[in-house]
Amino acid sequence: MTAPVAITLTVNGERLTRLAEPRETLADFLRRDLGLTGTHLGCEMGVCGACLVMLDGTPVHSCLSFAVQADGSAVETIEGLTESAAVTDLQQAFHERNALQCGFCTPGMLVTAQGLLARKASPSREEIRDALSGNYCRCTGYEAIVDAIETVARRRAASREELPA
Amino acid sequence: MNAPLGALDRPNSYIGRSVSRPNAKRLLAGRGRYVTDLALPRMLHAAFLRSPYVHARIVSIDTEAARAMPGVRLVATGADLAALCTPWTGTLDHFKGMKSAPQHPLPLDEVTWSGQAVVAVVAESRAEAEDALGAIEIAFEDLPAVADLDAALRPDADRAANGAEDNLCFRARLDTGDVEDRFAAAAHVVEEEFRFGRHTAVTLEPRAILADWDASEGKLTVHHATQTPYQFQDLYSRHYGIPEANVRVIAPDIGGSFGMKLHVYHEDMAVIGLSMLCARPVKFVADRLESFVSDIHARDHRVRARMAVDASGEILAMDVDDATAIGAFSTYPRTSAVEGNQVIRLMGAPYRFRSYRAELSVVFQNKVQTSQYRAVGHPIACAVTERLVDMAAERLGLDPAEIRARNLIPDDAYPCDSPTGYKFEALSHQESLARLKALMDYDGLRAEQATLRARGVHRGIGIASFVEISNPSPAFYGIGGARISAQDGAVVSVTPSGEVRCAISVTEQGQGTETIVGQIVADQLGVPRERVRVTTGDTETTPHGGATWACRGAGIGGETALQAARRLRSNILSLAGTILQAKPADLDLRDGIVVEASSGSERIALSELARIAYFRSDTLPPDTSAQLTVAHHYAPQGYPFAFTNGIQGCHVELDAETGFVTILKHWVVEDCGRIINPLLVDEQIRGGVVQGLGAAFFEECRYDEDGQLTNGSLADYLVPMACEMPDIVVGHIETPTADTVLGAKGCGEAGTAASSAAALNAVNDAMRPFGASIAQLPMTPTRILAALGQF
Ligand code: FES
Ligand code: FES
Repeated sequence: MTAPVAITLTVNGERLTRLAEPRETLADFLRRDLGLTGTHLGCEMGVCGACLVMLDGTPVHSCLSFAVQADGSAVETIEGLTESAAVTDLQQAFHERNALQCGFCTPGMLVTAQGLLARKASPSREEIRDALSGNYCRCTGYEAIVDAIETVARRRAASREELPA
Repeated sequence: MNAPLGALDRPNSYIGRSVSRPNAKRLLAGRGRYVTDLALPRMLHAAFLRSPYVHARIVSIDTEAARAMPGVRLVATGADLAALCTPWTGTLDHFKGMKSAPQHPLPLDEVTWSGQAVVAVVAESRAEAEDALGAIEIAFEDLPAVADLDAALRPDADRAANGAEDNLCFRARLDTGDVEDRFAAAAHVVEEEFRFGRHTAVTLEPRAILADWDASEGKLTVHHATQTPYQFQDLYSRHYGIPEANVRVIAPDIGGSFGMKLHVYHEDMAVIGLSMLCARPVKFVADRLESFVSDIHARDHRVRARMAVDASGEILAMDVDDATAIGAFSTYPRTSAVEGNQVIRLMGAPYRFRSYRAELSVVFQNKVQTSQYRAVGHPIACAVTERLVDMAAERLGLDPAEIRARNLIPDDAYPCDSPTGYKFEALSHQESLARLKALMDYDGLRAEQATLRARGVHRGIGIASFVEISNPSPAFYGIGGARISAQDGAVVSVTPSGEVRCAISVTEQGQGTETIVGQIVADQLGVPRERVRVTTGDTETTPHGGATWACRGAGIGGETALQAARRLRSNILSLAGTILQAKPADLDLRDGIVVEASSGSERIALSELARIAYFRSDTLPPDTSAQLTVAHHYAPQGYPFAFTNGIQGCHVELDAETGFVTILKHWVVEDCGRIINPLLVDEQIRGGVVQGLGAAFFEECRYDEDGQLTNGSLADYLVPMACEMPDIVVGHIETPTADTVLGAKGCGEAGTAASSAAALNAVNDAMRPFGASIAQLPMTPTRILAALGQF
């Protein structure tokens, strides 16, 4: 075991400095040291997607990264994405469509959805299903999640069209 | 006055309405509170050293070095915990002759599967506890392992557990007596040997428990990710000798359960004792690798079955032999024999035939225990029956839909019973079949199939009828001596502000229990849904009840809420009558306001009535009894179970070169009685279908021949992914049960009950041009290629 090292990073818009053990994952750091328990752990090996967070704007598996690797970066978790209203429309569509049951996969699903829609404004259902392949959901059977993301893609596209060029 | 249920044309008519779940907003915002998230002051963490042996004697355990490791507060062995916790035995009295050895939190002298927890370390952090595991020395003496089902049954077989007289846990026989004659007289007999692999729940949140023993008060609080907090309150109380009232079990947000989190796990039971020994809170979260070797597995059946039909396609009889392997012990307190028992009793249940024989052997072996998981027994019985029906149809040259139309119990034949003794109140198999055919454009798909076959594209269509057990009465567990409640309780109150609270014993794992209970209470009281707050999952704040399993939440919990709300409503109107000097019968409660029933004119708001009752009782006549809280219990009466029914269709495309199957689409027609919230029901069904498709195509706990699990990680065990799953079309028929006012039956297991059967039939249908067939789940590409004779 090596000694903890100081890291400085921005989490959900707040800059902070903390000590982290080199072996501590980013997921554990967020959950345990910062109390951001909206990031979940389902497999701790990069398969299930429950632990996805935004790292400098891109979805990453916080179970596979070490906290020390996030030194100098900006991390956004579901708590931050909620407060900044970045995913409000996705959350609303998930709610209306009942695209969650136990909710354990949901923060990761929202991060993936946000990442997908940033890459591709109007994905097809197949593209949505493909993008969700690294997000396991044991409860819903996925269809409602696909529906909700499709709805948001359509709504975002419509609101873009309404804006004057 | 009570308007007909399900009429959606009046204020607060919520029964039958698709509304979203208020409690889902918290989860969407990342504000769920799962046991995995909880931290208590001075909390310690437990980790377990697990056996690398499949079967071995524990010769010695040396924990001295581990005790000296940084942060370690306790190292405990089986003997340490056995001093606190009485052993348990996973049998039920009504399963005659059933046997299973007593179990302890940690083993005393023998390990019976690879991955079994042997020694516990409690430390300041999980990492420190895990570090210390490496310093423990256990000397094992390898014992012969029993892995294979048939080998286990041989008289000279090694024993899965030392001292057992044989490896047979339980045997049951059913026989209507005339089966041989029927088979002898049959025009055709079809038969098959089926294999159903082991799979497991893989809840996305693994098992988690946080026990907090307060020695000063002699009080145990357990935060436990479980469906059944009352069952565990009882078990912790009795096995640790703590008065029941001093045991509080809280089930907060739970990341999936599906039946897996209602069994006693050795580690969980140990954590209670560890907290008592440390006098501090102790938390244990199974990591995913531990889940695979310690969560219950499901299925593991080998079924030999045959079906007799006459020349007109009438099914005459079934003859079934089911052997199922369950690990070295039967689980507690629900046992590992319920699944097999349901398999042999559910065979052929949708059909008219009367002659039936079955034999069940429940067998010990050295693997993780198997037990109840979503749709207990149903997928096995359904797949066997439905595949045989398809084989019979093929033999007779009948279309699969046609042979079902000829043999499904007619919709006007109820009440009736099955040859295995199940009683059916009212089902809708024939209407369901007709609806399914229309929904999936069955004839159109058949025509398309023929065209595509000519072009070398191999599509398959499979259908599968099913019944599902829901709303179980005490005939399920109570009769067998298990302290598992069949009743539920609710406390419904009007608060001083005129809002409504309902504390109820059914629990929530995301299926929407709290939402439907809120809908029912609001509907029956006559208040806006937003004003009803439902709480669940805490033995200290909700009445004792069965909680959530076997699809009882809506049917039994919902009826409890309905009856409680009706009683509260009558109390409200009686108080309003006193205040308004009116006859209660002339009053009604609508949208939170007491109105004149005939004209609808407003008389007094519920908030005003509550204000008077709580703060100005001095203004009421002296003999007024303002009872704005009602406690109510309801236990199912009438039929022992409320059966539901339905039918599923599956459409697949087979790549005969690779053995790869694409699931194109899936359909379900389902009759769960009164539907309280169609949105939630549909999602229960879809989720259930996908778990069944997982079993059909992907999910399998693979063991080598020595009994070692070879794919115990989420990278190796295949869970259905979004890109592999089809869109699922759901249709409904509503045949309410007359046993309750509400009329609701269960729906949570229907999807899983028949989707693997429909998939099995679809794949076999696709393979027909090759003269090949498959009878083993999951249908992996390798097995499909083997069936096609490709290697
Ligand atoms: S916990 Fe990170 S991918 Fe599963
Ligand atoms: S909602 Fe439970 S895992 Fe997705």
